Amino acid sequence: MASNHLKWESKQLATWYFTFAAIIFGAQLLFGLVAAIQYVMPGFLFEIVDFSIARILHINALVVWMVFAMIGSVYWLLPDETGIETVGIKIGKLLFWVFAAAIVVVVLVYLLVQVGPADETTIWFITEGREYIEAPRWADIGIVVVVLGFIGNLYATGMKGKPTGIVTVLMADMLAFAGIYLAGMFFTDNITVDQFWWWWVIHLWVEATWEVFVGAIAAYGLIKMIGAHRQVVEMWLWIEVAMLFGSGILGMGHHYFWIGTPEYWWEIGALFSALEPLPLVAMFIHVLYDWGKQQGAAHERGEEGSVITNKPAFTWFVLQAFGNFLGAGVWGFFHTLPQVNLYTHGTQFTSAHGHLAFFGAYATILIGMMYVAIQGSNGIKVLKHTASSVAAVWMITGGVVGMTVSLTIAGYVDVIVTRAQMGATWAGYFDGHSGMWMAQAMDWRLIMGTVTFLGFLFLIKDFLSTGKNAVHTR
Amino acid sequence: MAKKTVWTDNRFWQRSAAWVTGFAAMLLIWLTFDTSGQIAIGNDADLKNGVTKRVPGPTVINYKITYEMDAKRGHEIPVIGAKEKFFGRDDYSEEEAGKLLHLGKLGSQAKNCMDCHTLLGNGAYYAPDLTKAWLDPAWGPTGSMQAMTGKNTKEEAMAEFLQFPSKYPTHARMMPNLGITAEEAKGLVAFLKHMSSIDTNGFPRNFGKIQGALNGK
Repeated sequence: MASNHLKWESKQLATWYFTFAAIIFGAQLLFGLVAAIQYVMPGFLFEIVDFSIARILHINALVVWMVFAMIGSVYWLLPDETGIETVGIKIGKLLFWVFAAAIVVVVLVYLLVQVGPADETTIWFITEGREYIEAPRWADIGIVVVVLGFIGNLYATGMKGKPTGIVTVLMADMLAFAGIYLAGMFFTDNITVDQFWWWWVIHLWVEATWEVFVGAIAAYGLIKMIGAHRQVVEMWLWIEVAMLFGSGILGMGHHYFWIGTPEYWWEIGALFSALEPLPLVAMFIHVLYDWGKQQGAAHERGEEGSVITNKPAFTWFVLQAFGNFLGAGVWGFFHTLPQVNLYTHGTQFTSAHGHLAFFGAYATILIGMMYVAIQGSNGIKVLKHTASSVAAVWMITGGVVGMTVSLTIAGYVDVIVTRAQMGATWAGYFDGHSGMWMAQAMDWRLIMGTVTFLGFLFLIKDFLSTGKNAVHTR
Repeated sequence: MAKKTVWTDNRFWQRSAAWVTGFAAMLLIWLTFDTSGQIAIGNDADLKNGVTKRVPGPTVINYKITYEMDAKRGHEIPVIGAKEKFFGRDDYSEEEAGKLLHLGKLGSQAKNCMDCHTLLGNGAYYAPDLTKAWLDPAWGPTGSMQAMTGKNTKEEAMAEFLQFPSKYPTHARMMPNLGITAEEAKGLVAFLKHMSSIDTNGFPRNFGKIQGALNGK
C-alpha cells in the first residue's frame, strides 16, 4: 500500500501491519465458520481439520490480527502525537517481515502437522497446547524479540519527541503487555500452577493491558475525528487507567475460583471483577459525551453538519463504546460471581461472552483505526460512508450479536441441563449437547456466523475501493 | 474551565492511576506468593501421612479417589482413600509416578486436548469437561465404557479409548485419532487421575451424583 499522501515512514509501516491484520482477520472468520459447521455437522472435515485445529486457528488468528492491528495503530499515531518520525523505523520494517513470516510458519504447522508426540520437541516446534497461546516455544521467543523491538522504537520515539499523555500511557501499557507474555512461556507438570500463570497472560492482556490500550486509541481517535479537547480527553484517559487497572488486575481472581487455588479468591475475584464494568461505563460515557459536546459547540458557532471527519471509523469507535460495555461489561458480569460461575464456568456461556467481548472491545476499534489509516493514506479530509461500509457495519455487528444471543441460549442449556441437572459428567454433557435447544442455538450461530463473514467481505471491498471513491471531501 | 480544581488536574489523575495500579499490582504479587505455596505439588510422604494438599503428589495414582460432600466447606472435595491398583500396580515410586504424570501433562498439550475439552473448566466446549473425568461413572464398573472397549478396569478402558477413539464412537460428535501411543495413553490416564484429586473448591458441583434425571429416565 504505497501512498504519496504519507509523509511519515511510520504511517507507511502502520499500513503494512493493518493489511496483514485484515488478512488474518479473514482467516479467523473462516476457521470460525469451520468450527461452527462442525457443531451442526460433526462429520465435517473429521480427521482432516478437526474442531481442535479449526479452533486453534480461530482463536490464534484472533489474537494475532489484533496484536498486528495494535502495533499498526501505535506506528500510525506516533508521528501525530510526538511530532517526529518514529525512531528505528528500519528495524521496525525488518521486524514486520520477521513477525509475518513466523506467523505464516506457525499457521502452516498448526494446519498440516497439527499434533506431535508427548515430548518437548512438540512443545518447541508444533504446539504448546495451551488455549490462545498454543504457539510453539520457538515462536514465543520470536514474538518476544519482535515485540521488544517494537517497544524499543516506541520508547525511543516517545522520549525523543513530545511525550503526550496518550504516548505515556501507551509506553507503560505496552511494556506490561509484553512483560506479561513471559508468564506463559514455561512448562510444568502441575496443571494448577500451569493455569495460574496462563491467566496472567490471558486475563492481564484482555482485561487490563488491552483495555487500557483501546482507551488510549479511543482518546487519539476522539482528538483526530471530532476535534475533542486534548486536556479533557487525556484526563478521562488517566481516570480510565486508574479504574481499569484498579479493578482489572485483582479481577484476575475470577479465574481462580475452580482451578485448585485457595478459596479466598472467591471474595477477591467477585469484588474486583464486579467493579470491572465501571470503567467500561466511563469509557462509554466519555465517547458519547465528547461527541455531543463537540457537535454542540460546532452548532453554537453556527457550523452546519457533522463534526466527524471520518464517518466509518467513528461508527466503529461508537460501536466499541457500546460493544465493550455490553460484551465485556454486561456479559462478563452475568457470570462473574462465584455462586453463578460454579455452573457457568466452562460452558457455552463463556463462549457467548468471549464473542461479544472480543468483538465489542477490540475488533470494532481496530477496524476503526484501519479506516483512519485509509483516510490518511488517500489524503481525504472527510471520509464518508459508502454502501459497502454501511453493509459491513450492519452485517458484522448484527452477525456477532446474533451469534452471541445464540450462544447465550446454548449457554443456558449447558448450565441448566449439562451442569445443574446432570452434574457435568460425560453423559450429562451429551444430554445437554444433543438436545433440540442446543441444536437450534448452534444452527443460528452458524447462520449468524455466515452473516458476519459476508459482512467482512463487504468490509474488505470497502477497504480496497473507498480510497478512490468520489464521495469523500479531499 | 473557569476555576482550576484538583478534579480537573491531569497530574492528579496521572498520579492516582500510578498509585492505584502500583497498589493493585503489589497486592496481586503478594497473593501470588501465598497461592503458589498452597498450590505447590505435594509428595509421597504427604500421602502416606494423610497430609491434605490442594494438589497432591503424583503417587496419588496408587490410591482410590472419591468426590464427597464436605459439610464444613459446604461443597464436594476429592477424598484420597485406600490403596487402589492402577494398571495392575499400587506401588509406583515417586519417580515412576512423576514420570507418568510428566508424560501425561506433555501429552495433554501435544494433542491439543484443551481445544475441544475443558481442563479445570478452561478450554473449549466441544467435548466434556475432564476435571473429574477419572471419577465419571461412565468409566466405572456400572458404566458403558468398559464393556464397549472390552476392558476390565477403568484405566485400561480409558487408555484403549484414547488410542483408538474413533473406533468407539459414543455420539455423532466423535474424538479424532490423535496418534496417541500405548505409553502416552497410560501417561494421559495418570494425568487425568491426578487432576481428579485436585481440590477445585467444589467444581464441578454434584459431579457424577445425578443419573438419569433427564426425561424421567
